[in-house]
Amino acid sequence: MKQINRRDFLKISGTAATGSALASCGVKQESAENLDPSGQHTTELPKGKMTYRTHPHNGDKVSILGYGWMRLPRMKNPENPNEEIINQEEVNRLCNKAFEYGVNYFDTSPAYCQGKSEESLGIALEQSGRSRDSYYIATKLSNFSPTQWSLEAGQQMFENSLKYLKTDYIDYLLLHSIGGGGLDNLRKRYLDNGLLAWLMEQRAAGRIRNLGFSFHGDVKVYDYMLEHHDEYKWDFVQIQLNYIDWHDNDKGRDGEYLYNELVKRNIPAVIMEPLLGGRLSKVPDHVVAHLKSRKPEDSVASWAFRYAGTPKNILTVLSGMTYMEHLEDNIRTYSPLVPLTEEEARWLDGETANLIESYPTIPCNDCKYCMPCPYALDIPAILLHYNKCVNQGNVPESQQAENYQKARRAFLVGYDRSVPRLRQANRCISCRECVSHCPQNIDIPRELQRIDRFVEKLKQNKL
Amino acid sequence: MLRKIRITLATVFWLLVTWLLVDFTGTAHVYLGWMAKVQLMPALLSLNVGVLIFLLALTLLWGRIYCSVICPLGIMQDIISWFRRKKFKYAYTQARTALRYGMVLFTGAALLLNLGWLAGLILPYSTYGRITGTIVAPLYKMGNNLLAQLAEHYNSYAVYEVDVWLKSIGALAIAIITWGIIAVLAWRGGRTWCNTICPVGTLLGLLSRHALFRPVINKSRCNACGLCERSCKAGCINSKNHSIDLSRCVMCGNCMEACKKEALTLAKATEPAPSVAPFGKNAPRKGNDNKPNGAKDAGTRAQNKPQNKPMAQSKPEDVVAASVPETTDAPKRKPRRRKPRTTGEENTIDSGRRAVLASTALLAGAAVLRAQHKPKTTDGGYAPIIKKTAPQRQHRITPPGSLSVRNLQSHCTACQLCVDACPNDVLRPSTRLSTFMQPEVSYERGYCRPECNRCSEVCPTGAIKPITIEERTATQVGHAVWVKELCIPAKEGKPCGNCSRRCPAGAIQLVPANDKYRKNEHGRWIGPDGKQIDGRLVPMIPVVNIEKCTGCGACENLCPVGPQSAIYVEGHDVHREI
Repeated sequence: MKQINRRDFLKISGTAATGSALASCGVKQESAENLDPSGQHTTELPKGKMTYRTHPHNGDKVSILGYGWMRLPRMKNPENPNEEIINQEEVNRLCNKAFEYGVNYFDTSPAYCQGKSEESLGIALEQSGRSRDSYYIATKLSNFSPTQWSLEAGQQMFENSLKYLKTDYIDYLLLHSIGGGGLDNLRKRYLDNGLLAWLMEQRAAGRIRNLGFSFHGDVKVYDYMLEHHDEYKWDFVQIQLNYIDWHDNDKGRDGEYLYNELVKRNIPAVIMEPLLGGRLSKVPDHVVAHLKSRKPEDSVASWAFRYAGTPKNILTVLSGMTYMEHLEDNIRTYSPLVPLTEEEARWLDGETANLIESYPTIPCNDCKYCMPCPYALDIPAILLHYNKCVNQGNVPESQQAENYQKARRAFLVGYDRSVPRLRQANRCISCRECVSHCPQNIDIPRELQRIDRFVEKLKQNKL
Repeated sequence: MLRKIRITLATVFWLLVTWLLVDFTGTAHVYLGWMAKVQLMPALLSLNVGVLIFLLALTLLWGRIYCSVICPLGIMQDIISWFRRKKFKYAYTQARTALRYGMVLFTGAALLLNLGWLAGLILPYSTYGRITGTIVAPLYKMGNNLLAQLAEHYNSYAVYEVDVWLKSIGALAIAIITWGIIAVLAWRGGRTWCNTICPVGTLLGLLSRHALFRPVINKSRCNACGLCERSCKAGCINSKNHSIDLSRCVMCGNCMEACKKEALTLAKATEPAPSVAPFGKNAPRKGNDNKPNGAKDAGTRAQNKPQNKPMAQSKPEDVVAASVPETTDAPKRKPRRRKPRTTGEENTIDSGRRAVLASTALLAGAAVLRAQHKPKTTDGGYAPIIKKTAPQRQHRITPPGSLSVRNLQSHCTACQLCVDACPNDVLRPSTRLSTFMQPEVSYERGYCRPECNRCSEVCPTGAIKPITIEERTATQVGHAVWVKELCIPAKEGKPCGNCSRRCPAGAIQLVPANDKYRKNEHGRWIGPDGKQIDGRLVPMIPVVNIEKCTGCGACENLCPVGPQSAIYVEGHDVHREI
């Protein structure tokens, strides 16, 4: 990121009359998931070169790049400036571009984007004018709240999905994020109420073409589901896989274990969080240099996508692409996919992963599952601001640190910019409602208290 | 020359004082805080002997240079009248002696009655502070916020955004009205305000009559053209009889530059200049209290000349009436009669009361709400922020350093400097009649942060005495009061404890909300069902150790309950050290 001093800044601000209009866009770009700050795209976007994977059982030809319909571009609601809504016009543009370059798998959920994601995807697909058999829709049964645990509520959710997506069948239906809350939670959501049995009936009736589940958390649940594969006949399973999590002490996060369990049973894997919500593209300068020194012309994000796409048993890799630059960068990476060599893969999940993990960032992927916080905090924004400061070296250890004054200002001024004061960490009362929602198992209240203690020390100059 | 120096100094001084008054970063306060402290009335109220001696000496040497260079309100009037692009727009006016001294008496009485704000209505520095603080500062901050957006775009942390909010309708109305009155007076007659209303002007006028250096008219050179009179914004030169009312002269030097004959010079006085006698009705234009035998200076003597014999020799006893038949050189003019304007006092009281009534109504209407706990079924989005409203405090809170409610009330002239300097949005102008526009503490927008003592650093009048950070964190301005009916753990049986966790003084402990929760012999928590439970889930209520509480308001501000917090601060009439 370009550093400028005050004088330069005043010079620039003096001449940039249109600057204020641009300023707000600048913020948005900051939060871009996988925009490579130094990525250069000078060559033409390759058309018709997309890599496809074939489903081993039904022959679906699925583009290796799947579109995650979660991190959609947003804008201010023209009717209520305090509210943000999906920028559907931009979403349509992205959808059309994705189609044009061969993407044919779209993954949504009734819970995403405050419940507006499915509707948005329905609109985008309809306006594209493509025939229904030229793409695959994946959606989920996202019955997280105990108020939705009845069979009727689950059925209603599925029917609503069909309605919003303007279709009469779902290509890929997932039990959403099982693992959180353990086996007990799984039973309450899908087994005891007969919802899974009903979904299998729908599969038999052709209203669901493929039935699978997505998994985060307690590995016992994962193992349970696979042990009962003969009974449930999973058509696919969605797991988190990236070079940071390939080896993990927690089996529920250990990519190698999760993936190999699927290979054993010949169940194709759909990959989520290949980029960890941008954590693997918004890396410290040191890591940028590390990756770039190997392939200077490839984006930082491309390494993560090649890593996730290389294993053979992978059907598609999901990416929540907010901006056209994300989409174009990923199209380049996967048109066609150049698989990693064994040496490259070990370089990423060994040396590079260690390098990234040596920075004490909080593993937040900005999925917003924790939101809305009942006490109006903006949890992901707080954690991401902290991570940004960690990566930029603006989390001083003590007042003796060389750049203390500069870092202090950057942290505190940046904090107020990233998070409105009334949504900051000092408002957290530790009600712990968010904890069970976090797929990354972050002890959110503890992290928020820690960040707030740090902020207090900075403010009082008592670090 | 004198005028150019005056204009340069005045411009620099005015710009810096204005910056001091609008600055919110604290930078100006460090370097320029003295500029507020050298103002006469603040120095008098804070008994700043050094400044008082300096101003006394300055005035005794060069007259009311203070009014031309140091007083920002005076300079503001010069700027307003400068916009009226007309040369020689003034005329001699009679001194409004009764009004002038009446205003001094009014000010003195208000201060003695502990109504500092009432005196502040006409005191020049606080008037200027109020105008700048309530009208200009918000605009300055909006400009800053535009810059901050740019800075954000360029990833610069040089400029940051600040909240702009209407702190008091009453104070804003007063500021606009006062500015309007002063602007009209300045447009029409230059320094009318300074020479009729301003008590500081009158007090300095008492001294400036005895100034060592003063403008004098050399009668032998004067051709009675009247240019000096018409360039005099104080309206204090009577060119007909060559007299200058030194009590009203602000030493601007305009007359000396206007004079084509070099008849006006700055000269040393060896005797008091003729002028208005204190409390004298309609001070004479002719200087009959002059001591003719003491006259050694031509210029001084010249003032006694009858103006129909401009070149005649000195004849001190030769006194003529004020109205004169036409002279050859003197231009025709109608001595303009100006009715002295009253200040906006009536309006003040009125709008003050209205503000009080309005805020009470607001409080009464504020229903007790809290964040709705809808079951979460989708991801993302924000819960609404519930804006806090001020609790009805039995005792008002005053900022640390103000010693007591009484001290603040009697010393503060409501200049708004502290209100604008407060980086935590804690201070705002009071709406109570007895303390109108004086700073009051409330914690809806922020709380009195432990590392901040800015209001005490900037206050020029000693209403808020300077205190160190250490003293500040040991000063008790109030104490926290718990409202059981609103507190989440008490009411809903859910854990919270935010007030305790954020208390900078460590004055709030947590105890179980009821006796159904207890610790067993191993120190583990046992719930109502007799089973061991996670300590983090035990509903705990705050207990305040009044002896340690400083009344900073962190608990009140950070309490998750809104719009009325479940814990709030009551002020102490007299502060104490803990």
